[in-house]
Amino acid sequence: MKYVNDSIKKIDSEALLKGKGVYTDDLAPRDALWIKVVRSPHASAKISNIDDRLTRKVPGVEMVLTYKDLQRIPFTRAGQCYPELSPYDKFILDEYVRHVGDDVAIIVAENQKSAEMGAKRLKVSYEILDPVLDYRKAEGHATLVHPEEDNFIPVDFVGYDRKKNLACDIGFEVGEIKEALKESEVVIQKTYESQAQAQAMMETQRAYSYEDEYGRLVVVSSTQIPFHVRRTLARALDMPMSKIRVIKPRIGGGFGSKQSIHAEFYPALITKLTGKPSKIVYSRKDVFTGTTSRHKMQFDITLGATKEGKILGIEMNALSDTGAYGEHANTTVGAAGKKVLTLYNKVKACSFKGKAVYTNNLPGGALRGFGVTQGTFALESAVNELAEVLKIDPVKLREMNMINKGETTPIYNIITKGAGPEPIYMDSCELEACVEKGKELFGWENRKNQIEKEKSSLRKKGKARGTGMAIAQQGSGLPNIDMAGATIKLNDDGFFTLLVGATDIGTGSDTILSQIAAETLDVSTDKINIHASDTDVSPFDSGAYASSTTYTSGNAVIEACKKMNALIKEYGSKVLEEKIEDISFQRGNIQSTSGKEISLEEFSNKITYSMLHQQLTATGSFVPKKAAPPYMAGFAEVEVDLDTGKVEVLDFVGVVDCGTAINPVLAQVQTEGGIVQGLGMALFEEVKVSSTGKLKSNSFMEYKIPTRKDICRIQVKLIEGHDETGPYGAKSIGEVVINTVPPAIVEAIYQAVGVRIRTLPATPEKVWHGMDANKG
Amino acid sequence: MKINVKINGKEKALEIAPDDYLSEVLRREGHLGVKKGCDTGSCGVCTIHVDDTAVLSCGMLAAKADGKTVTTIEGVQEKAERIRYELGKRGVDQCGYCAPGTIMSILYLEKVVKDPTEEEINRYMKGNYCRCSGYVGQLEAVKSYLEGQKHEVCE
Repeated sequence: MKYVNDSIKKIDSEALLKGKGVYTDDLAPRDALWIKVVRSPHASAKISNIDDRLTRKVPGVEMVLTYKDLQRIPFTRAGQCYPELSPYDKFILDEYVRHVGDDVAIIVAENQKSAEMGAKRLKVSYEILDPVLDYRKAEGHATLVHPEEDNFIPVDFVGYDRKKNLACDIGFEVGEIKEALKESEVVIQKTYESQAQAQAMMETQRAYSYEDEYGRLVVVSSTQIPFHVRRTLARALDMPMSKIRVIKPRIGGGFGSKQSIHAEFYPALITKLTGKPSKIVYSRKDVFTGTTSRHKMQFDITLGATKEGKILGIEMNALSDTGAYGEHANTTVGAAGKKVLTLYNKVKACSFKGKAVYTNNLPGGALRGFGVTQGTFALESAVNELAEVLKIDPVKLREMNMINKGETTPIYNIITKGAGPEPIYMDSCELEACVEKGKELFGWENRKNQIEKEKSSLRKKGKARGTGMAIAQQGSGLPNIDMAGATIKLNDDGFFTLLVGATDIGTGSDTILSQIAAETLDVSTDKINIHASDTDVSPFDSGAYASSTTYTSGNAVIEACKKMNALIKEYGSKVLEEKIEDISFQRGNIQSTSGKEISLEEFSNKITYSMLHQQLTATGSFVPKKAAPPYMAGFAEVEVDLDTGKVEVLDFVGVVDCGTAINPVLAQVQTEGGIVQGLGMALFEEVKVSSTGKLKSNSFMEYKIPTRKDICRIQVKLIEGHDETGPYGAKSIGEVVINTVPPAIVEAIYQAVGVRIRTLPATPEKVWHGMDANKG
Repeated sequence: MKINVKINGKEKALEIAPDDYLSEVLRREGHLGVKKGCDTGSCGVCTIHVDDTAVLSCGMLAAKADGKTVTTIEGVQEKAERIRYELGKRGVDQCGYCAPGTIMSILYLEKVVKDPTEEEINRYMKGNYCRCSGYVGQLEAVKSYLEGQKHEVCE
């Protein structure tokens, strides 16, 4: 491999580091109308009156829109392939508001200040309704979050029941779980809860729109999903999809926040109505109150095992708070079982039930890990508790029970769309190697002994230390669902244009896909000009989510480039006047076995200008056929302050199997970033809501994300693996990297001070109260 | 109202509103490397230098810049070449949105703290959030940059 498995610099690096104007708001027309959304102060209310007289008097205000002005069309904001598994329960504006921050009215003005002043002066009267805020009581609650009759879901297999506040009710069972638990000598039953976490990408949601020279609507957006944006806008605005073009420039981070469609509706609507360019830039408060966060989930877990430590049965019941809207509700809670129970394939039986309920809280949405993070926290915490009960080392308990290379589980057949009864083997699983290497790097045994030795001296300083670990997996795209296309074009002078719909959101996927193209065409990376993504020009790609870009889009690039190689040989044989089977294309040269040779530059100039007159273009498509999960083992050491309960993570070792790392440095940074995001989730990040549904954490003053001062020593190791279905053996890396962090850290806290944190985050208060209770 | 301000070495007379923040005015003037990430002076992506001090431009009224010297990322392109190299080769630019502010903070740190320890680097730059990189590689980049600068000075 010449160009993959090489840590080249990101191809957009210079532009980004120089601060060039390459993001959405940098590119917006200077004369664009400013849009401001008025948001609800109530968790549940019916709008009884809107008085816009004062707003209209504000100089510069051009337009005020309320639900009365808009066509009533339900849609989902979830960016998923059609038909979405999310209910069509949202309107651009509605007479009901369902969470604090829900959209009430749209103010359009010449500039930002007028729009904001106009928004402040809008007088809205509400009939305040009783909100449903406790998700444990939401199912069958007397108050319906969605009383409207015209909401529906385009599929019939997710257990959607609006009249019970149920966004989904799903599950699966392998074997007889009751039997397996009955047979078990040791059974533990625990409840865990993972919090709502904010994506907190640095660039907020934003979009601008204009009418082009053909009268079509162009929407430029900071999105992970341009093609889903186009389809959903067409529906919501009642426009033909052919009249909409969506362009994605550079994106200032996503983490799932931009896998839902939020800001795009407003400028698209305003430009459609006025013909003028318009834009919206979400304030940080808009992001916190008006978009999504990680679904809060509760898990009841029952584990059954033999005394020797063989896990016989796992029962996992999940309840997810999807908040006011059901975007990504079914898929996240489903993933909490489907991509978590697969870790333990040696059980006799396992079962999963997952419900997502509507409440009047902030809507749940996509966030790195997408349900798997929540499920892994719960199951891995339970496995750590089981190890304690069985008095078995947690690493050994994993080694006895976890999935190994070449093994399978019937769950893969259940979760893979279109799979038959044939077992699906995990030939590329290097989990065992991850655990082994992690144990070694961390010094699992030694470190425990060392902590034991230093225990009393640490205690004198008011500190205690402990260690913990966890394992995890994720997916690599969604088999038989999410597809990617790639088109490669040979230009005169012998360079290529690579068109992909894949969306680089800062991960470096443009660079990685260029490396894959270079490898397949056997030309240097600087001969590849990538263009992504623009729904008018780019081939379809479901988008940057489900850890799919390297794997799914990468395979599409290989497919396209293989076809290009064949075309170059075909036309090369004509130019060199040799038989096609005697032609080879290597290192940028077309050669015949008889010794004739032409460079790609000369060849492309010839077929463009002087003979044959051919434009060579090839397109490849790819959809994953089976799961190609990446795996990770994470090890943490923490120090707890015995007086305050404050936890400091001292060290985290993460060992990842992502198959071949196309760009090892970028894979390493993904891992480091994921670990730190997991650290925030484990210790302090939390979207907090008051007893009336008001968001208490609506800015970075109240919502803390990890800073440079909060991080610890982080060691990352990428295991050398190879998945034969992946591009040059690659699997994904974007999401798996967050999953082990919370369970490993809470276990380390337990080992340090004997406090079990079963509700995230592990704040000083919770730890202190736990220590206090232990004192009796 | 009118202010006179020197931006990246050029004297400018700007017509502003009294409640305009400096970040908005700079962006309006085409300095698009000045980003905005929060409304509370928390995230650091709008960091610039005013009279050689690192400042959050989203929290400073433009009127207060009257008579002052303002430097944005656009004004330090040459100076920051090695910082770009160190960040870029470690892939810790990632989405890049925080990069201009981070670079402005690195330059300020270099100016005010001689031979900073890791602890000092992290303390000085703690107000520059990055959600992508996990900071590990960025710390390495800063250390390597400062180490390199020492040799540069000696030579």
